[in-house]
Amino acid sequence: MLARTSLLIFSATLFCFPAFSYAGEWSGYVSGEFRAFANSPADARQHDNNLSFSAQPEYYTDWDNGKQSFTVVPFVRWDENDNERSHADIRELTWLKAADDWELRAGIRKVFWGVTESQHLVDIINQTDLVEATDGEEKLGQPMINLALIRDWGTLDLFVLPGFRERTFPGEKGRLRFSPRIDTDQAMYESGDKGQHIDYAARWAHYLGDWDIGLSYFNGTSRDPRFIPGSDNKGQDVFIPFYDLIEQWGLDLQATLGDWLWKFEAINRSGQGKSYTALTTGFEYTVVGIAGSSADLGMISEILYDERGDEALTPFADDILLAGRLTLNDEQSTEFLLGMIFDSDDAARLLSLESSRRLGANWKITLEGQAFINITNTELLSGVRRDSYLQLELARYF
Amino acid sequence: MHNFSLNIKHIGLLVLASMPLLAAAETPEEKGLAIAIEVDKRDTGWQDQTATLEMVLRNRHGQESKRNIRTKTLEVDGDGDKALSIFDSPRDIKGTAFLSYTHALVPDEQWLYLPALKRVKRISSNNKSGPFMGSEFSFEDLSSQEVEKYSYKYLRTEKIDGREAFVVERKPAYKYSGYTRLVTWVDTEMYQPLKIEFYDRKKALLKTLTYSGYQQYEGQFWRSTNMSVVNHLTKKSTDLHWKDYRFKTGLTDRDFDRNSLKRAR
Repeated sequence: MLARTSLLIFSATLFCFPAFSYAGEWSGYVSGEFRAFANSPADARQHDNNLSFSAQPEYYTDWDNGKQSFTVVPFVRWDENDNERSHADIRELTWLKAADDWELRAGIRKVFWGVTESQHLVDIINQTDLVEATDGEEKLGQPMINLALIRDWGTLDLFVLPGFRERTFPGEKGRLRFSPRIDTDQAMYESGDKGQHIDYAARWAHYLGDWDIGLSYFNGTSRDPRFIPGSDNKGQDVFIPFYDLIEQWGLDLQATLGDWLWKFEAINRSGQGKSYTALTTGFEYTVVGIAGSSADLGMISEILYDERGDEALTPFADDILLAGRLTLNDEQSTEFLLGMIFDSDDAARLLSLESSRRLGANWKITLEGQAFINITNTELLSGVRRDSYLQLELARYF
Repeated sequence: MHNFSLNIKHIGLLVLASMPLLAAAETPEEKGLAIAIEVDKRDTGWQDQTATLEMVLRNRHGQESKRNIRTKTLEVDGDGDKALSIFDSPRDIKGTAFLSYTHALVPDEQWLYLPALKRVKRISSNNKSGPFMGSEFSFEDLSSQEVEKYSYKYLRTEKIDGREAFVVERKPAYKYSGYTRLVTWVDTEMYQPLKIEFYDRKKALLKTLTYSGYQQYEGQFWRSTNMSVVNHLTKKSTDLHWKDYRFKTGLTDRDFDRNSLKRAR
């Protein structure tokens, strides 16, 4: 179905594409990545250290004085050990038309909503490409038609979302996965239309002085599934993803007051068990020019709350994030982000590091890592308790 | 939007300015302010401007790195300009866009668009003194120069590189400036800066910025082709090479909103 919907939107996109278009431009990157794990795997089928390569070219062209454009961004990854992580996707394939008080976009796209750093509750349009990164920041392209109305009272975005994308999960050989593994081949849906259910969404966003505000609504297939115990065709235990039909309201707020950014995100979701509320709120305080240098130090703290507590599908039910962001503001754009999420109920800790630096004009080196500390066998994250890792990535941009 | 209406603040300043020009006995402060107002007045009415910019960063060993940026600016009557900068290189930040609504005395509003995440981030504008893209230019050096941002004192008139210039001392009136004072050489014909010396919070000479290759556009507006800044403490330098200046291209507020950030190219 996805293929058909995509094809439909693709054809529609081609119709809008003028025969006499200007030559477009190519950009993108190719990247190699090496992951080293601190411990041997919990499951003998899983691998130790891992090598992987990815590429994401981008083609862009515009016409009509820049008021119309066409963008294609394919993505491909090859993974040494995990067949599920070796995958390809169309991140973007969009036609855009911008007018004075509206913008229309048709095709496959990525949309981001929200303001917080530790998790993105409000952000719901795109499915998470979980094999790409455990932090959930990587997304699959979503087919859509999006009309934005741009008025004095803010921007109202209306979305029709045909073609659901299932969440990606590491395969049986992959690390950083649930235990038992998630069997995506047996995915189940509440809707009789399964992945063909058409979802709808809307978002109003505005800013007033120091305040940026967004109010959103979503009606359709939940991007995060519930998990049902089952067995695969080899008779081994697996979790089967189940996608409910949900309705979700979201609110995101940011106040930018001098060196302080105050952030708030909340959702109310119904249709996935009992209706519930979850929120993330906190601040980022930046010390500009620490110790007379040109470096900035940001201190981030956020509270993560989910009304469902231990029943939540997220490991972040009642947690606190403390993080520091060091930005050197140097020629190589060197950055470090070190953060720890504390479970307020027990001793579980999630430590994460992200740092990057440009090398020369076109290369970038990234060091990332996560440590899973004091994770017990009963926790949602128990599958990753032996998967603390460091990852070195080298990317060539063109 | 860009009509001929002047706000009260501007009229007040113009009245203030034109009187001392006529009066014989003006104080150095009055003369300094009058020059600043004339600079502002002569550079009013360009409506909007687009240009491309090559930034060359040089470290103390002479090693270079480059950034390519396109800029769009909208003149706003009675307030600071709206500006959009789009990065073409280095390639890892290609498509990153920076939107700012500058103001004279209240903090600017700034948003950053991160194309990899498709995320528009409102950012704090208190980093005025911070380096722009790792260069020797700070955000405040590159933001629009409103009259109200400084207090002024005329020092002298002297020749610099064969051109007659007013030497005017400016002291930032806004919080978070990285400078205690700036000494500016203003060309007496073009009413454009030829050189600026920046003094840091310890009152030591921090940087010298020189302008060259001025060209006139639309029969009125002077723009320099090259701006070169040297940091005397770090011995690093940054050159800006401006190209393809265009004026009155028909840009509106709509080209400077958060939606336009997401499709900036």
